[in-house]
Amino acid sequence: MNQQIRLTVNGTEHRSEVPARRLLVDFLRYDLGLTGTKEGCSVGVCGACTVLIDGEMAASCITLAAAVDGAQITTIEGIAQDGKLHPVQQAFIDHGGFQCGICTPGQVMAAKALLDENPNPTEDEIKAWMMGNLCRCTGYYGILNSVAAAAGSTPGSNA
Amino acid sequence: MNDFEFHSPSSLEEAFELLDRYGDDARVMAGGTGVVLQMKQRLSQPGHVVGLRKVPGLNSIGLTGNGSAGGIEVGAMVTHRTLENDPTVVQILPMVAATYHHVATPRIRSMATVGGGLVHGDPNEDPPPTLIALGALVVLTSSSGRREMPVEELFVDYYETDVQPGEILTSVTIPQQPPGSGSAYLKFLPRTADDYATVSVAAIVTRGNGNTCSDVKIVLGAVGMTPVHATQAESLLRGQTLTPENIAACASAVKEVVDPLDDFRGSAEYKRDMAEVFTRRAIEQAIQQTLENRPAA
Repeated sequence: MNQQIRLTVNGTEHRSEVPARRLLVDFLRYDLGLTGTKEGCSVGVCGACTVLIDGEMAASCITLAAAVDGAQITTIEGIAQDGKLHPVQQAFIDHGGFQCGICTPGQVMAAKALLDENPNPTEDEIKAWMMGNLCRCTGYYGILNSVAAAAGSTPGSNA
Repeated sequence: MNDFEFHSPSSLEEAFELLDRYGDDARVMAGGTGVVLQMKQRLSQPGHVVGLRKVPGLNSIGLTGNGSAGGIEVGAMVTHRTLENDPTVVQILPMVAATYHHVATPRIRSMATVGGGLVHGDPNEDPPPTLIALGALVVLTSSSGRREMPVEELFVDYYETDVQPGEILTSVTIPQQPPGSGSAYLKFLPRTADDYATVSVAAIVTRGNGNTCSDVKIVLGAVGMTPVHATQAESLLRGQTLTPENIAACASAVKEVVDPLDDFRGSAEYKRDMAEVFTRRAIEQAIQQTLENRPAA
């Protein structure tokens, strides 16, 4: 059954009619064409689909679009400002935080959520926060260094 | 996922009307981490989903009672992360904050709610053993009134609770630990940090005069169709001296009441052995905490 929903995605309001079973990740990718958000495991475990809903990080693959009617959604497409990458995005480039890239939008959104809440996390806090974002390429140290660098702390070795 | 109609009531009364109208064909959804997964797997195929996100009044954490006799009342829609980080909870119910911190990942804890987690009825979840050990109560509300129930009685069978059609779990009341007690929640995670427990144990030990145990609570998760309150094991330690032998006898007794499943987290036999090991460790940690919490002489 179709539902009317109103979502503000990256600052732009969208009024749409979607099936009640439309998942937020599918609404973003197929209805809005925002394909930066990826779907990995489809069960809320891998973190590839991470977006912010009213500022809180969420798994868009287990979120019904209709269930977050009225919310503010932030995706990877919405965090660069005035043509300048978000500091977390830039840090992932500078510190080798990705290889194949499929997990990267989720990693970046999770790291942004962390730094929004805790601008100076310790290494342990970064690890505890980012444990819900899986990567099968980099071995995680590039990611850890990227997040630490974005937070302004000294990253470890990239070797 | 099957086709269904999604409802966003803006009050509890409106939610009750929907539940009364659609009966068994309605499913209440809080954070959605459980319901959406079950629907994706076609384990649940409701014709109507009633989302509680726009219902006001279910998002607060408040104090109940006075002083050490008091505790907290948690609205059903409070998320795991909100509860684990709440300064009052961290201060007066650190066991609760620590237990909720053990659940899954920060992302899931940002979505999953306290009420939704309990109604999910999954025996592998972290909070139920701790809430049962503390003697927490749930409030179930419907168009015909409200009733309170110990969390312990909420769980009927595997993914089955005593919540009746038309009822919504609206809040959880959690008392503080008894004075002179120590507690521990241990989660055995041999695979990954975000996994469900292979075995989990909540223990609260209250120390009487000298080295005696005046009371003890032991509740295990992930080792049966529901959380397992090991009352027989408790009775072996209550009133006894807290010697290694008595603690070992108590921990050994949990093997008689757990009934774990063979799965990819371990064989039933292994989980039964680990239930004993982690019960003993939880009791030892709780006792250690009673020593640390003891006021300076």
